[in-house]
Amino acid sequence: MSFLIRQIALKSSGEEIVRGSRVDGDELTIGRDAACGVHLPDLAVDPRHARVTRIDDQRLMIESIGDQPFDVNGRSLNRRELDIATGAELGFGGHRIQLSRDADTGLPVFSVRRVEAVSESAEDVDLGSAYTLKGLLPGKRMSAWTFAILILVAFLAFPIWSYATYKPLALHKDDRRPAGFHADKAWSSGHLSLAHKNLENDCQACHVKAFVAVRDNACLTCHTQDAHQHIPDAARLVRARGEPHGFAAFQRAVATAFNRPAGRCVDCHTEHEGAGAMPATRQQFCTDCHDGLKTRLTDTKIADAADFGTAHPQFRPTVIVGMNGAKPLLQRAVWSPTLREPNGLKFTHAQHLSKVNGVAQMVRRRPGRFAGNEGLGCQDCHKTDSGGARFKPVVMEEACQSCHSLNFDEVGGTFRSLRHGEPAMVVADLRAFYRGTAPARPANLSGLARRVPGDAALRASAADYARAVRFYPTRADQAIAQVFSKGGMCYDCHTVTRGGTAATDGFAVQPVAQNGRYYNTGWFDHKDHRKTDCAACHTRAPQSNDASDLLVPGMDGPGGCRSCHVGEGGTHLASVKVKDPVDSGCAMCHSYHMDSGAPWQPKGQRDRKRQQDPIHTAVADRPRQWGPASLK
Amino acid sequence: MASVAQGTEKAGKARRPRTGRDRTSTHEGFLRYRNGRWLKISALLAVVLIALYVFVPLPGQHFGSSWLGYTLGTLGALLILWLTLLGVRKRAITPGRWSLRAWTSAHVYLGLCLIVVGTLHSGFHFGWNVHTLAWALMMLVILSGLFGIWVYATLPSALSDNRYDEEGAITEKQMVESLRSLDRQIHDAAQPLDPQAAALVNSSLEENPFAGTFWNRVTGRYGRDATRTAAAELRRMRAYRARTADDPLDKVDALLTRKEAMLGRLRKHLRLKTWLQAWLYVHVPVTFALLAALSAHIVSVFFYW
Repeated sequence: MSFLIRQIALKSSGEEIVRGSRVDGDELTIGRDAACGVHLPDLAVDPRHARVTRIDDQRLMIESIGDQPFDVNGRSLNRRELDIATGAELGFGGHRIQLSRDADTGLPVFSVRRVEAVSESAEDVDLGSAYTLKGLLPGKRMSAWTFAILILVAFLAFPIWSYATYKPLALHKDDRRPAGFHADKAWSSGHLSLAHKNLENDCQACHVKAFVAVRDNACLTCHTQDAHQHIPDAARLVRARGEPHGFAAFQRAVATAFNRPAGRCVDCHTEHEGAGAMPATRQQFCTDCHDGLKTRLTDTKIADAADFGTAHPQFRPTVIVGMNGAKPLLQRAVWSPTLREPNGLKFTHAQHLSKVNGVAQMVRRRPGRFAGNEGLGCQDCHKTDSGGARFKPVVMEEACQSCHSLNFDEVGGTFRSLRHGEPAMVVADLRAFYRGTAPARPANLSGLARRVPGDAALRASAADYARAVRFYPTRADQAIAQVFSKGGMCYDCHTVTRGGTAATDGFAVQPVAQNGRYYNTGWFDHKDHRKTDCAACHTRAPQSNDASDLLVPGMDGPGGCRSCHVGEGGTHLASVKVKDPVDSGCAMCHSYHMDSGAPWQPKGQRDRKRQQDPIHTAVADRPRQWGPASLK
Repeated sequence: MASVAQGTEKAGKARRPRTGRDRTSTHEGFLRYRNGRWLKISALLAVVLIALYVFVPLPGQHFGSSWLGYTLGTLGALLILWLTLLGVRKRAITPGRWSLRAWTSAHVYLGLCLIVVGTLHSGFHFGWNVHTLAWALMMLVILSGLFGIWVYATLPSALSDNRYDEEGAITEKQMVESLRSLDRQIHDAAQPLDPQAAALVNSSLEENPFAGTFWNRVTGRYGRDATRTAAAELRRMRAYRARTADDPLDKVDALLTRKEAMLGRLRKHLRLKTWLQAWLYVHVPVTFALLAALSAHIVSVFFYW
């Protein structure tokens, strides 16, 4: 018995080379050892791996020499009977051995092929990709698409869906989206200002229509009361601004091209700029129109204004120019140091504020009664109103009467005084006083009197008395005349003329008016200046002895606003000396949405005390334009 | 940029017939193109934009919606689109003024300038929104690109050095060929070994030199490497064995040592190439994410106009 061995190798062309050999004997060994009948140069094969023995002409037995198994028809075994006629496929490491019967001799044939490369590196390597990261990382194209689609879905499609869902809530003041996540909030470029904090979740409240810039109707849905127009005629407002030139014209054109019309609320009230208060209006916003306004609106009554430090028109206080019956006539006049305001009173500021004269002496004699002990102070007569911005009208009974007493009689320790402000009553009271009392009856007219013998003395007394009684009413007339004339109580403070009716015995007291607010288009708050001495601004008060002197400071000169206030950027005229400059933009005194209150200020800059005090803006008696001033 | 690296490689091959190790290069890379022309242009642009940002008075605070903000935004978006076009441009190689090198140089420096453009456009208002997302993705792309520039500037020389030895340069193909040759020799030399030693040697042969995860490639560390284990184990076994004149283990050991060295060189090559390529796996996909975020950003601005 023999075995035929055929070693088959492949040429590079794919052609097979077969080397045949013959092993005699009943036993055949398979292994890496060169002495083996089937020599397999394969490190995965044991030197003597398996032995094949003949059972009979038809059958062979194959078994492992060591414990290493081998493959028979794909199964890993240590021992197996093989049928030569049927054949078998044996696997040893990287070699495959085909068992068959030789057609000519009938001997079993072992055809040996190497089916695996010697090593892994000998396998085909695609040099194009072996040195790249292909297969190790997700492909660039793949991840690019994935990321892009994810972002488009999450940040574009989803927000648009959110918008479409809640679109019907727009322009309804109290309609709110449910709390929670809304995808279009990912579009918010920043927090809303504090005032609009509650709209943070409701994009549709302002962004009403897609691709349409926010319009005023969205703002006015809520701001029904507090958005005062600057001027009623919007077209005039646009003319006041004038045609933009140069770069501004280009900006305007771009904005128009992108459907952003000018003059909307949001032009100034920008949003999404952080969760603070809205920023203060800059001076430039005002001066865009008001600087050189007359060149664009030739019929305007408003003077051109720009920077306060250098280009503000002189103040035009509203002053009393006369009386129309009991009502004062008010008129705006250009402020000047000589401007006068005839208010009907006589008052000597200088005399009253002196520290060396009789007035001061009177104060010293009544310690504790006045604010200071050296003399009168401003606040002894002038009291601030509840908000502290301005002063209440001086009330005679509170401010003057403690010195300028109107008392004329004492009954049992109670003083009777003349009624202030009612001349007819003064006349009546005085006449009643003199009528209801008789002259003292001389003692010698009583029956008990001891008398000088004879009636002469008695007659003389009776005659005197009779004359006194006879002329008693005449003394009332004298008293009335005295009160209303020079040296009298009324005449001290009031201008009295002889144009009155019989009820006032022919005397007439000129009506008095006190001006509650001089600057009506600008805002001045005394409270903000309370650390400053009154005379620092009202510089002429300590020298003025005429009540018609206008002591309200103007813009320039001693005590004028420009003594401290400079322009927004710190500018001031060369002729003005400023010691501690206060940068003052337009918005410090003026408000765009003009009402009678203080100009709008961002929350952070507001005085806390002022916030707690809502009354201070609600001063009813302050005239907007022409109207009655408070009258006393 | 990848093609630029390959360009460098080709240039390296062309220079092969040379004598010393000191190489002089007349190569002008994209970083120094025309004496840094684009560097100067970009720097000038950045300075001008910063000056505009600082000195030009705006009606409100700095924000994307001021005229300067819109200008910067438009400029930034156009720059991003143009920078992305490098991917298209690099697939068409043309000479001359608009050479790929010029484009790449402009890509790098204008890309860096985009940091200034994009950040000034934001007005430094950042938040959790699509706008900041676009900015963040842009920064991620630029930073990954910056990393790419750094590796392109530093690693090719290391790559070259690794490929050169006393016998000259070796190509990527030759690295594989040399491993194959060593494997064949090891295979032959290991034939007389006993089953245990043969199995160790075989494990080295069956190891794919290109196997390993991304992490292995980046670090260049391959724990439990079969070749190293085989060599070590064989040495350990031999240590207790009597020395004979021609122990087949001697030859196998020598061959395994050479294979280890060659494998080490191949792996270093792989590591350097990984570093040269990996950043693009961030740079390119994030660029497309950025394009998506940029689209969402622009649409959202006009949608909620």
